Amino acid sequence: MTEPIALEPAGGPSLGRRAVLAGGVGILVMALPLRALARPSLEQAVASFTGGAPVSAGRVRLTVPPLVENGNAVGVTVEVESPMTDAAHVSRIGLFNEKNPQADVAIFRLGPRNGRARISTRIRLATSQTLLAVAELSDGTYWSSEANVIVTLAACIEDLS
Amino acid sequence: MTRALVSVPPAAKRGEIVDVRAMIAHPMETGYRMGPNGAEIPRDIITRFVCTYDGAEVFSAEFFPAVSANPFVSFNLIATESGTLAFEWTDDKGQIETASAEIVVS
Amino acid sequence: MRRPAASLVAFAALALALLGGGAQAGDIAPHERRSGRTFMAPETQAMQADDTTNPGMLWVLQGAGLWDEKAGTSGRSCAGCHGAAEAMRGVAARYPAFDPASGKPIDLAGRIRQCRSARQGAPDLARDSDALLALTTFVAHQLRGMPIAPPKDPRLDPYRETGRQIFTTRMGQLDLSCANCHDDNWNQRLAGSAVTQAHPTGYPLYRLEWQGIGSLQRRMRNCMIGVRAEPFAAGSDDFIALELHLMQRAAGMAIETPGVRP
Repeated sequence: MTEPIALEPAGGPSLGRRAVLAGGVGILVMALPLRALARPSLEQAVASFTGGAPVSAGRVRLTVPPLVENGNAVGVTVEVESPMTDAAHVSRIGLFNEKNPQADVAIFRLGPRNGRARISTRIRLATSQTLLAVAELSDGTYWSSEANVIVTLAACIEDLS
Repeated sequence: MTRALVSVPPAAKRGEIVDVRAMIAHPMETGYRMGPNGAEIPRDIITRFVCTYDGAEVFSAEFFPAVSANPFVSFNLIATESGTLAFEWTDDKGQIETASAEIVVS
Repeated sequence: MRRPAASLVAFAALALALLGGGAQAGDIAPHERRSGRTFMAPETQAMQADDTTNPGMLWVLQGAGLWDEKAGTSGRSCAGCHGAAEAMRGVAARYPAFDPASGKPIDLAGRIRQCRSARQGAPDLARDSDALLALTTFVAHQLRGMPIAPPKDPRLDPYRETGRQIFTTRMGQLDLSCANCHDDNWNQRLAGSAVTQAHPTGYPLYRLEWQGIGSLQRRMRNCMIGVRAEPFAAGSDDFIALELHLMQRAAGMAIETPGVRP
């Protein structure tokens, strides 16, 4: 999350706040590139989920609002076409993102007792980006779907920093 | 004090696919934010969620910092027998919080 | 860093628009009043509408536990005096109310704190503490669907007038009053966010930006920071006066606690 640094305004004279503001900018400029370098890519995260197996597009439906009002809680639903029987079912669903500090979002384990391969959750998105859902089927194949989300910016936030 | 809200239909027909929802109060602190003094706020997230149906694991999830505060998850289950659905959340400190709900299957 | 920067640009743009005189001053006509809920995306409205998805319900649950919990030297719980929380229906809808003890108006959270210290003999709950927010949310939740009903108490009138004056007074480096946005430009947008009419129908409410529940005063603090004004102190007479004005302005609108807002 590239949350704004949660610095409390000094509360005292406005000069103090300006000094804090300037300090905040300096820290970010230095810290961000380091973070970006340390972050494993979306491809790496997916590869560690699939063990390097190929991923085909299809069978997965990823539903997310195209435009969200706040990136702190974005409703996501993933549904996979599957009979969900002992012989043929979805065993895992991995959710990944492109531009958060970490590419992994969540991994869900399912089985025939779920009856339907469908999960919903709420996730954080630091900025507008692409989301990817990958399903692992019981036959060892991997299927995926992606969606683009535009995250708008909140206007009246807690503190300036 | 556990603050968790779970939603399970109290009654279902055998073989019916029911909707299960679970939400728990937790900050899901990412570890990527800084506090007022510029020091990083340490990561504190729920890493694992498990649902068991009469003792057998039927659904689980592994969470990363991108899961929202007060994590919410919903999934489906086939109503097989009357019994207990137990929910368990484990956080970074290894602390476990639980909730449960009964379902009557006819 | 992107968010504050973008909102600063947006505010500056709005300030310029207002200087240009495009806006019309005046109160919102009664038939045009709308809850902030109606400005939200369908997904956020759905999150509020269903108690199994509304995260504010986690604080209602906590508040229900605290309501029945014995506290302080009195060894009594809230329920010990007030009974079931349904008895509080109609109470929260009237706050802020006049408090004879202090000779000033008091808001619902202040009333709960006063009850704890004076009657339960329990340690004070800080404003914006989770416990006080939970109790306030629980009590206000009892009236969900009921109309906001400010008391017709003439002792409150001077404070309401103070609140109205604060609401219409320009403040901060951006030199904007509450009314500049929420009376005159509520059908506009501030960057990606809707400018709403600022009716306090859902408080305490779950704001996605806060990732938690918060009070009306916390929201007003955010607004004041937004226009680069020095926020009033929590629980100050100025904030209570503003609350009184907002409640009067929203009289008759349905309570939604716990609301969900972006």
